[in-house]
Amino acid sequence: MYANAVFTLSNKDVNQLHREALRDVERVVLTLDVNGEARQLLVPSHKTLLEVLREDMQLTGTKHGCELGECGTCTVLIDGKPQLSCLLLPIQLQGRAITTIEGMANGSDLHPLQVAFAELGAAQCGYCTPGILLAARSLLEENPRPARDEIREALAGNLCRCTGYTKILQAVELAADRLR
Amino acid sequence: MAAELGPRAMFVAGGTDLFPKLKRRQFEVDSLIGLDFLPRAIRNGSDECVIDAGVTLAHASHDPHLNERFSGYAEAAGHVSSPPLRNAGTIGGNLCVDTRCNYYDMTYEWRKAAGFCLKKDGDICLVAPSSPRCWAVSSSDTAPMAIALGGVVTLVGASGERELPVTALYRDDGDRYMAKQPDEVVTGLRLRRSPNTRSAYVKLRRRGSIDFPIAGAAVAVELDGDRVESCRIVLSAVASYPLEAKAAEEFLKGRRLQEDVIREAAEIASRPAKPLDNADLSHFWRKRMVRVVVEQALARASDQQPGLDG
Ligand SMILES: Cc1cc2nc3c(=O)[nH]c(=O)nc-3n(C[C@H](O)[C@H](O)[C@H](O)COP(=O)(O)OP(=O)(O)OC[C@H]3O[C@@H](n4cnc5c(N)ncnc54)[C@H](O)[C@@H]3O)c2cc1C
Ligand code: SF4
Ligand code: FES
Ligand code: FES
Repeated sequence: MYANAVFTLSNKDVNQLHREALRDVERVVLTLDVNGEARQLLVPSHKTLLEVLREDMQLTGTKHGCELGECGTCTVLIDGKPQLSCLLLPIQLQGRAITTIEGMANGSDLHPLQVAFAELGAAQCGYCTPGILLAARSLLEENPRPARDEIREALAGNLCRCTGYTKILQAVELAADRLR
Repeated sequence: MAAELGPRAMFVAGGTDLFPKLKRRQFEVDSLIGLDFLPRAIRNGSDECVIDAGVTLAHASHDPHLNERFSGYAEAAGHVSSPPLRNAGTIGGNLCVDTRCNYYDMTYEWRKAAGFCLKKDGDICLVAPSSPRCWAVSSSDTAPMAIALGGVVTLVGASGERELPVTALYRDDGDRYMAKQPDEVVTGLRLRRSPNTRSAYVKLRRRGSIDFPIAGAAVAVELDGDRVESCRIVLSAVASYPLEAKAAEEFLKGRRLQEDVIREAAEIASRPAKPLDNADLSHFWRKRMVRVVVEQALARASDQQPGLDG
């Protein structure tokens, strides 16, 4: 997590293991509940959930943006509520249900929000989309008939640099209609 | 544990303030002490409410009792940062949130290029080079509201438990901004009201969805009929601590909350605010806007009109 201790290589990489051993990085064994599956991992204790998901679990649907809590593209659900994986330490998340975008579809059946986003073209480059889909799913689970302002508020922490916000709002409304 | 580990250890609650700062190397620590063990309940009495420090900002902002009786506090909690951050950030962390400054809230490399300052690694203040102190800005949204509502925190540390009014939790120093001992944990916040208390918080920021305040007004007014019996006005983001506008509080006593009175009170309240050029947008404009946020908060408390950011 510190600027001088960012490991971007896969943890299978010998060089990385070697460097971490030299740096005396503290590692921990953790059991995380990710998308309903209990996963046991050996990870450096300073790694963020975003880094562990992408680098140690190969769940690269969760995107890596500002790393500072400002953009929302790293959003995951913790016990059903959106939180930012770039500011979470896995060591604090044992026993909590973690949902990533990979856990959104049911097998090959896309979630109605995913279908609506695809149909309406609510994703342009798609970088913000995983975070927005998860935040929208959490909203619809709590409030199946959100007003447009409520959707805006629920997605306020998720920036879209392609700025196609209108389609995103319409797609959430369409999915809400279909889910009722 | 904190006392044993000393200054190279820090507490972490939600981590929404601390983790970005660790990444920018504004703090360098050997150990983090997780506060996940703190209780997370809101205990409501009729005139009093005790909020555990581990309660998230999202929980506080949606709590029906807080919304009904301490609406200014629920509003302030609901205006901190963004929805996903409020699901992690706690009310205890918000009371202890670090002070802010454009020269300080940069990555290590940028700070190195610009020259380090007093608050971290350097020996001068880049905003006011002739001054011996740091002028970083107190940017908590809930602290001013907690003070306006007579808030008292419970602190637990190596030397036992004690209570402290929220006003006494801060110092007029952007660098060492907390008056509590470093090994003391905030475990809870108690707010008080009478049946005639009304409260409101109005916040000004660049993007309504996420940013820190660049000016904010927390007001709690106690009415006797249609006259102000007592009132507290506390400003955010205009000093290194939540700034109480005492002259305006005195001015309002015994008066009716009508338009001209509110306007004059807001003018008086804005006088002691002296924003420096170390936060978002121009400090001249921020100074002018202090009057506006106070006016809107007072108007809101007297149920006349909605505020800026609502
Ligand atoms: C993009 C972004 C926007 C933000 N916008 C705002 C905003 O508009 N307004 C605002 O007020 N804040 C804002 N914040 C800061 C932060 O999200 C909040 O202040 C939040 O309430 C901090 O709570 P936390 O539990 O995450 O604190 P942490 O990050 O865990 O801790 C913050 C500090 O308090 C100390 N601490 C935490 N809990 C305790 C305790 N119980 N006892 C003693 N010390 C403790 C920690 O050691 C640390 O120094 C923003 C942050 C980001 C990343
Ligand atoms: S006010 Fe001055 S000393 Fe304080 S953080 Fe800013 S530049 Fe540094
Ligand atoms: S990467 Fe987490 S908020 Fe931007
Ligand atoms: S679709 Fe490109 S960032 Fe949102």
